[in-house]
Amino acid sequence: MMQKKAVALISGGLDSMLAAKVVMEEGVHVEGLNFYTGFCVEGHTHAIRARHQARPKRNNALWVAQQLGIKLHIIDVSEQYKDIVLRPKHGYGQHLNPCLDCKIFMVNKALAWGFMDANGFDFVITGEVIGQRPKSQRKATMPIIAKESGADDLLLRPLCAKRLAPTKPEREGWVDRARLHGFEGRSRKPQMALAAQLGFTDYAQPAGGCCFLTDAAYAAKLSDLWQARGERDYDLDDIMLLKVGRHVRPARHYKLIVGREAGENRFLEGYRKRFLHLRMVDVEGPLALIDGAPSRGDVRLAARVLARYSQGRDAAQVGVSAHHTNGVTEALQVVPLPASEIPRAWHV
Amino acid sequence: MSEATERPAGAPDASNASVHEVDARGLLCPLPVIRAQDAAGTLAPGGLLDVFATDPGTLHDIPAWCAVHGHRVVGTWRERGDIRIRIEVCET
Ligand code: SF4
Repeated sequence: MMQKKAVALISGGLDSMLAAKVVMEEGVHVEGLNFYTGFCVEGHTHAIRARHQARPKRNNALWVAQQLGIKLHIIDVSEQYKDIVLRPKHGYGQHLNPCLDCKIFMVNKALAWGFMDANGFDFVITGEVIGQRPKSQRKATMPIIAKESGADDLLLRPLCAKRLAPTKPEREGWVDRARLHGFEGRSRKPQMALAAQLGFTDYAQPAGGCCFLTDAAYAAKLSDLWQARGERDYDLDDIMLLKVGRHVRPARHYKLIVGREAGENRFLEGYRKRFLHLRMVDVEGPLALIDGAPSRGDVRLAARVLARYSQGRDAAQVGVSAHHTNGVTEALQVVPLPASEIPRAWHV
Repeated sequence: MSEATERPAGAPDASNASVHEVDARGLLCPLPVIRAQDAAGTLAPGGLLDVFATDPGTLHDIPAWCAVHGHRVVGTWRERGDIRIRIEVCET
């Protein structure tokens, strides 16, 4: 029999690592796929925050591929993924995480990628475990993912296969069903035992989900963005900026993004040409980008808010420069807004 | 992780026309890796690729990506705050 080839969804977590390894042990050639959606937890805050710069965080998916000795292909799906985030057919999980639609999307993409003539893969594997996640990984969702992704019985879940109907790789003897697993439930113990058995001692254990959409604070900022704009849409810059700084919205039509430390200020500097932005003139202070369409009065108020986060917060008056996107710079003298006058509701 | 050094004497010279360049400055990982991967896919074995980036994560991720694909990291340099990583595309 020709060696069979499987494409594995690799998130960087333990489960997908184990699933790939189990199938490799069956003599199957495995390569990994990792999708960049723009919401991935990998790296970003780490890369932005100054205090983390000395010790850059590893990319867990690449690290897993190194442990397994397999190729990993990272695919940018951020554009197509918008449709999943904005219009999930199966709805959201606890926050803005469209996990079920996301799984269907990723398996479908893996199938399309793997079955391209040049790549010639035979089946797709994921690290899903029945009951591991309350919404997306249930017994009832497993066949939905297989069917709606178009993978049908070419989708193998090595960690819980024994609790599901046999797939083609099992029926055809490409893998031995007896050596697959029947994990079910929220406990992580079976995975940890299998990791030990397979000789893995170091692995990432993501706490919540694999992306920012499961994060309450992040989801609140994204909802706020949609509400303020009156439409559910975003581009890559929007979602990157939601990961950075303090977001203060004094009115629906504009908000400030204020750097919280040197690394964030540096990151925000990269956006200064595209946004009206404010800087402190004679005292140390962060950079603030203004997203939206503020009036002149709004810009003054924004300058007072920025001053509150500067070294001049206790001064009677401070200088702030407003840099408009048309190149015009405006010099302002403002009274820093006392912390007590910044309503809680402004903090997104 | 291979640590980038200040550009040493004998470091590659930007005018080398046979080196394919990828500008990933301002992008956060894994985007620089994706850009490098897409460019490497268009090169024949032996082809050289210079990736310019600002995210220090690339110093870790691009060599890791090269390792799993069997490409060779020729060197890493820091040039005026930018990171430059030269890759030789190998038969994989
Ligand atoms: S946590 Fe995020 S990446 Fe993971 S399945 Fe849910 S939506 Fe997709």
